[in-house]
Amino acid sequence: MSRASAVQRTEVRDAAPLFAALGDETRLQLVMRLAAGGPGSITHLSARSKVSRQAITKHLVVLSDAGLVRSSWRGRERVWDLAPERLSEANEYLNRISRMWDQAIDRLRAFVETEDDK
Amino acid sequence: MTTTTKTSADRIEKTTVLRAPQARVWRALTDHSQFATWFGLQLDEPFTVGRTVTGQKTMRGQMFTIDFAVEKIDPEEYFAYRWHPYAIDPKVDYSSEPMTLVEFRLKSVPDGTELTVTESGFDRIPQHRRDEAYRMNDGGWVSQVEKLSRYVSS
Repeated sequence: MSRASAVQRTEVRDAAPLFAALGDETRLQLVMRLAAGGPGSITHLSARSKVSRQAITKHLVVLSDAGLVRSSWRGRERVWDLAPERLSEANEYLNRISRMWDQAIDRLRAFVETEDDK
Repeated sequence: MTTTTKTSADRIEKTTVLRAPQARVWRALTDHSQFATWFGLQLDEPFTVGRTVTGQKTMRGQMFTIDFAVEKIDPEEYFAYRWHPYAIDPKVDYSSEPMTLVEFRLKSVPDGTELTVTESGFDRIPQHRRDEAYRMNDGGWVSQVEKLSRYVSS
């Protein structure tokens, strides 16, 4: 197997959850709305939408799990925004290394939490 | 248990709590054979301050080496080494390039052990190495989503 195709295979595997998150009309609209209009609260994001606020929140959580959006608190209001590092090539290098560390920490966790070295 | 990440231009920092005693985590990090097991490489020599330990790793059918230049070992609390980040091209000799500093910090907490992993010094890594990492990803999701993002914001 050539290296290029192996790399692409990894890319496809990494990309699958992202496209799954985007593969929904409401979620894609949310991403587009955030891209076009900047950060917004649930009230703002569910305005002009036929979908309930609760459903919008669920969709935002799915997008957040895929690393596409993130939220912060402005006073008592939760404000959602695109996570630019997931969308920007400038940080792709660090993102890749960051994901490698996530994987390494997962393996370390499995190792110390399940195996006794005595 | 979740891992929190702080990323800036120069560093990546990950903090998590492992449900294991500090001494157990310390051995997993600094005993070279235990490190090799969870990290997924072959390491025949103990970590010793001031020495560079070379490990072998097979990835995607290719064998390559990873050098760990051990900086500091403070028993059960702090372990640090330097290495070449993302040095995954077996055809490239990274030895003359700047290294990043990897630091593991351990702290005992009620649930087990808090681990903080920091990798810093990315600002010294040549731009072409960063570009290379991006090129490997070209045609993947990043460029697709960027196209989408440009489309909606134009």
